[in-house]
Amino acid sequence: MIQRVKVGMADLNTVKSPGILVTLGLGSCVGIALYDEHVKIAGLAHIMLPCSNLIKNNENKAKFADTAILQLVEDMIALGAKKERLKAKLAGGAQMFSFNGRDSKLLKIGERNVISSLDTLRKLNIPVVSQDTGGNYGRTVELYAETGDFLIKTIGHGKKWI
Amino acid sequence: MTFLDGIYLDALKEVGNIGAGTAATSLSKLLNRRVNMNVPEIKILSFNEVETVVGGAEKLVAGIYLEFIGDIQGTILYILDRDSANNLLRLLIPNHCIKSQFGFSPIESSALREVGNILASAYLGSLSTFTGLFVKPSIPDLAYDMAGAILSVPLIEFGQIGEQAFFIETIFIDGLDRIKGNFFLIPNIDSYPIILKSLGVLK
Repeated sequence: MIQRVKVGMADLNTVKSPGILVTLGLGSCVGIALYDEHVKIAGLAHIMLPCSNLIKNNENKAKFADTAILQLVEDMIALGAKKERLKAKLAGGAQMFSFNGRDSKLLKIGERNVISSLDTLRKLNIPVVSQDTGGNYGRTVELYAETGDFLIKTIGHGKKWI
Repeated sequence: MTFLDGIYLDALKEVGNIGAGTAATSLSKLLNRRVNMNVPEIKILSFNEVETVVGGAEKLVAGIYLEFIGDIQGTILYILDRDSANNLLRLLIPNHCIKSQFGFSPIESSALREVGNILASAYLGSLSTFTGLFVKPSIPDLAYDMAGAILSVPLIEFGQIGEQAFFIETIFIDGLDRIKGNFFLIPNIDSYPIILKSLGVLK
């Protein structure tokens, strides 16, 4: 029986092969997938906000792109992964609503979540091999520790592997 | 300090009760018939519990979103499941036949946005009366997608101040039909001190 581990909102988790990490209904949040192909260890974070230092109440590391990635890398190393071998994939960061001709700062949060995630990964020298971000629709994602394959499911916008 | 306690929470609850009452009255006027409602239920839940209220993160739901500006700023989201949306559409558009369960036609979408307008105005009116602050809603937008994705919008707003979300469950009743919706009214982080001041909590 393959272990399926659910990652909630503002949450992160890791599995070893043949485990699968799942997070449901990403909207403006971003799903950050990390994996080490060599030892077949995967980690997934479901972040809500770009930066921990802009917010006073920032104890939950999994809530922010910057701190969630650091925590995820640490947890994966503890399981046996090597930082130099980690690769990343991203999904989510949609803008669920819009107004004619006027985009509020609030609605751009998805885009800012993606930018901050990419930024943090670049600082850690973790290559981003693929991403499926933006748009105006939700995504459910599954990360397979065995292969690092990242399955993205939507309603009305198809299903794909990245 | 958490924002979701004490006098502030009591005030929000009261705003919710009065707002829901006003909304039912406005709906009744619009439809020219009596629309009943249950006592609005105030819910305070952790982020991962919120989705259970609408039947899970992958359930298809309609979300009507607007922002408000004025003395304070913030966002409003009214979220309802497909059955409730259908009941609401049948109420709003006489002899209307709903053809697709996968989306909303332009007239359906426009009707749902209008309800968003009515509800937002009712709640904002109640907030205004309660605090003496001026607020004005934007035009609404509608999305039909996974509950988790739609809920991410208000939950991200709550995420900036804490780990819990606050919303009001309202059920409108028309004969045997029930329209169950959840209403989020979220002042932005800079607006909290202004509201607390207006309520006399902060000097």
